[in-house]
Amino acid sequence: MEWLNAVVQGTLLGGLYALFAAGLSLIFGVMRLVNIAHGDLIVLGAYLGLTVTIILGLHPLLALVIVVPAMALIGYVLQRGILNHTLGKDILPPLLVTFGLSVIIQNALLETYSADPQKMNAGALETASLSAGGLSVGILPLLTFGIAIAVIASLQWVFYRTALGRAFRATSDNQEIAQLMGLNRRHIFGLAMALALGVTAIAGIMLGIRTSFDPSIGGGRLIFGFEAVIIGGLGNLWGTLVGGVILGVAQTIGAKIDPGWQLLAGHITFLVILAFKPNGLFPRINE
Amino acid sequence: MAEPILKLGDLDAFYGDFQALYGVDLDVAPGEVLAIIGANGAGKTTLMRSISGLSQNAAEMVQYRGEAIGALRADQVAEKGIALVPEGRQLFPSLSVEENLIIGGQIGRKGPWALDAVYKLFPILKERRHQQSTSLSGGQQQMVAIGRALMANPDLILFDEISLGLAPIIIKDIYAALPGIIGEGMSALIVEQDITKALSVSQRFYCLQEGRVSLEGASATVAREDISRAYFGVE
Repeated sequence: MEWLNAVVQGTLLGGLYALFAAGLSLIFGVMRLVNIAHGDLIVLGAYLGLTVTIILGLHPLLALVIVVPAMALIGYVLQRGILNHTLGKDILPPLLVTFGLSVIIQNALLETYSADPQKMNAGALETASLSAGGLSVGILPLLTFGIAIAVIASLQWVFYRTALGRAFRATSDNQEIAQLMGLNRRHIFGLAMALALGVTAIAGIMLGIRTSFDPSIGGGRLIFGFEAVIIGGLGNLWGTLVGGVILGVAQTIGAKIDPGWQLLAGHITFLVILAFKPNGLFPRINE
Repeated sequence: MAEPILKLGDLDAFYGDFQALYGVDLDVAPGEVLAIIGANGAGKTTLMRSISGLSQNAAEMVQYRGEAIGALRADQVAEKGIALVPEGRQLFPSLSVEENLIIGGQIGRKGPWALDAVYKLFPILKERRHQQSTSLSGGQQQMVAIGRALMANPDLILFDEISLGLAPIIIKDIYAALPGIIGEGMSALIVEQDITKALSVSQRFYCLQEGRVSLEGASATVAREDISRAYFGVE
């Protein structure tokens, strides 16, 4: 039963990792940009959530109403103002620039909020749980997992059922020809980054309710996100959810064996999958 | 002659760092079909890229309905009513046949062309509309590429090497369909390696040789020897 419990907890934790990963996956899928600052943007989302809850006295989940559009706006401006200028045949400039961005965000957060760990107060939600057949499942992890499924289903819908998604896919396929269709790729990329950072805001707030955070933890979240994306297969959003779950389960099982093995077990699982399936478990067929 | 719909004035254009066009002057009258012929490397594709905005030049070098558009981006040029059927078809592989057509029309210009009209022109595409565009044969892909450009309801349509890589029987079909396509008051510019085909569908032609216009004239009356000379540069 304890092992089953570890699997269930790990699965739910995977929902959080899938939220970390979804924005990363989306950006890579649309514009082949590897965003090293993604983890720090998650943390930025958490801090913006904290600020909103403190200033307006809102529940963290209600703060989403403000933080999601705010992060989306930041994403659009960031893309049009900086990142678009780094995109080209060479993949190095966006890596370097987002790495620099990561340093800047971390230090700006440090200046503004200090290095003290912070946490959002979600009241009773944090401790509420459901018990069934000897298993006890927290409402918050369950909610996070539900949100992850909803987010991925929505992204999937946007990608395959809307004009915006069509524009994303066309621009991803062939930027020049998409431009001939009247799509301004700079604007399309701006919209993709806005959508990605909207999702990142959700990830940041769910993170900030679940655990304490400080300005330095972005790098670790970036790694979890990366691992989930790679395990699931690049460009496959549902695969990203599965990747997050595999990573989460590996971590909780590792921690069950020995508390010190939690992160190691996750990384080892990732490396093993990478060794045997370099394209991930569910690579997109036409990649 | 009526006021030209497209006018190139002293166009110098580059293919990467390499100058591909030198002082090209060219005009297209409304409703006219113009052929551009020339050997490989004569600058035909650079010409198409310059008109469609994929390569940018000094604004006044490309004039469309009297407006200087040489410095506009491709999406802005497309909104003015110029569509390109690119060399090698270049469909969007992630999009279905129908989505490829829809995205062609998403500029929202009014006109006779919509999904129904394209499906009427190429009925096979209606049968295949939910398939991935890359699963079609070369000829069918070319139909999608043409349909995609028509969906924008352009006033000027550019065809870049539409017969390249296709079986002769398919080429014949596509050229048989061209008058019906262009007959709706559109102007067209056709870049083609096959000189006979190019001359048969056009009213006038320009021959490019090493980035310069080496010959221009009426397609119906030009002498073959003149073309050979202009095409290959042999005296």
